[in-house]
Amino acid sequence: MSVWQEIFDFSDYGALLTLEHNTIVAGAVLGIVGGLISAFVMMRDLPFAVHGISELSFAGASGFLLAGASVVAGALTGSIVAAVLIGALGTRARDRNSIIGVLMPFGLGLGVLFLSLYHGRAANKFGLLTGQIAAVDTPRLTVLIITAGAVVLGLLAVWRPLMFASIDPELAAARGVPVRLLSPLFMLLLGLTVAMSVQIVGALLVLSIVCTPAAAAMRVTASPTLIPLLSVAFAVTATVGGTLLELGSYSVPISPYVTTVSFAIYVGCRVVGALRSRRGWAVRGVPVPTPA
Amino acid sequence: MSHSVLRLTEATLAYGTRTLWSGLDLEVGAGEFVAVLGANGSGKTSLLRAILGLQPLRAGHVAVNGRPVRRGNDEIGYVPQQGRVDVQTTLRARDVVALGLEGHRWGIGLPSVARRRKVAAALTAVGAADYANMPLGLLSGGEQQRVRIAQALVSDPSLLLCDEPLLSLDLTSQRVVTALVDRRRREHETAVLFVTHEINPVLPFVDRVLYLGRDRFRMGTVEEVMNSATLSELHDAPIEVVRVGGRILVAGIPDTPELAHHDHHEVAVR
Repeated sequence: MSVWQEIFDFSDYGALLTLEHNTIVAGAVLGIVGGLISAFVMMRDLPFAVHGISELSFAGASGFLLAGASVVAGALTGSIVAAVLIGALGTRARDRNSIIGVLMPFGLGLGVLFLSLYHGRAANKFGLLTGQIAAVDTPRLTVLIITAGAVVLGLLAVWRPLMFASIDPELAAARGVPVRLLSPLFMLLLGLTVAMSVQIVGALLVLSIVCTPAAAAMRVTASPTLIPLLSVAFAVTATVGGTLLELGSYSVPISPYVTTVSFAIYVGCRVVGALRSRRGWAVRGVPVPTPA
Repeated sequence: MSHSVLRLTEATLAYGTRTLWSGLDLEVGAGEFVAVLGANGSGKTSLLRAILGLQPLRAGHVAVNGRPVRRGNDEIGYVPQQGRVDVQTTLRARDVVALGLEGHRWGIGLPSVARRRKVAAALTAVGAADYANMPLGLLSGGEQQRVRIAQALVSDPSLLLCDEPLLSLDLTSQRVVTALVDRRRREHETAVLFVTHEINPVLPFVDRVLYLGRDRFRMGTVEEVMNSATLSELHDAPIEVVRVGGRILVAGIPDTPELAHHDHHEVAVR
């Protein structure tokens, strides 16, 4: 079997599609949450924090796997601890980056330790870092949908004040926005999102769902309505599209397909954005006076 | 003077053992333009934060329109001190102004014709309608400051607090921004508290000056405050104030302790 056949083989596609129904739904749900929250991840300059949280989520998941407990609970525990720590210790960007830089290798090291002690299925081991191959079972899908619903509702409830606090915390506080409450709340929602993503795309590749979609959207629009909508559309395209492509492979996990689609969308948006800014971002009402 | 908008009574502000000012009585009437000057670390920004309810006073009382201050007061417009925003900031000018109107409310904020109109009117009033759809990060410093003033005024406040709004603006933009603030207070009777380290750009408009020194302050007209005797007393150092061609030049302001270690060789002509 050639390498190419290993990556793409659509011979039993129809049968696989029904089999992987749950994974496709999981991908769509994850795309919606990831796309929405990535708009704030970009606005609050948190991509590095997302990466740090996902490494600790990996440590939690592998620790629970070793202890024979639920991987889902482990991923949640790890990422919420990380999100709370990063939120509490790093209010300023500089502090935050150094704290993440310290936490991240520690989490990764813990995870490697737990996995090397674990003697169960090898696919489980690898999957936490680089994405799963096994199908998402129905109880796991249910947990995913409930968590995703909670995150989306939470985000919609704090949408405007969170945006205000992200852009201008000083002014937002003066206007009565509970800035100090919103920050840990957002980190909690982010922690939940990362924990969900880790289970599908793996700890190393979470950013492709929780950062790239909004980064791409921001290249083509500045509208606060269009950014989250486009970002969700991009993220869902990446996760669902990636899952559909992955069905054609026996041995490659889902993540490279998701990350590649996600990256391709970003590159496309950059090209469109570059063409647009060459023409001027938005046409100003008054024409630029031309020298006589 | 028409009815009082802002009133501080026997106000004292202190951090730990350090008292910035005490016994401050200040009354600002509707439509009055008061400039707040003083050395670095003399508590100018803290004064604004106290009025916004963000900084509790050690003693005394602040009231806006006769009511004790609180956070999230619609009657106050605020332009915080800040540099240029990140070029990556993708919010458009009109989104920034809309945040000033209802950014503190929960939920996503469904599209509303009334909001659109108010935001458009606020942008037009500061002459920023032409770049309403431009991302803030792509605007010049002067344009960004106009947008911030529109953001502060969109909720139609009776008191406008500006913290160093002229910082890092070129002379033309400084004139535009001060003229905007002046027009607002004339047309809408908005009281203005304008923190600045430069008196000259606001000289044509200012009614009174509050000068904060070390542990003391002076309130009065430009002539009463901006003279050699008063500033020498406030700074505890010999200071020369010269009026040249409608401008005020101040020489001899000592380096503040906070700045001393920055190797600041300041001629202090401000």
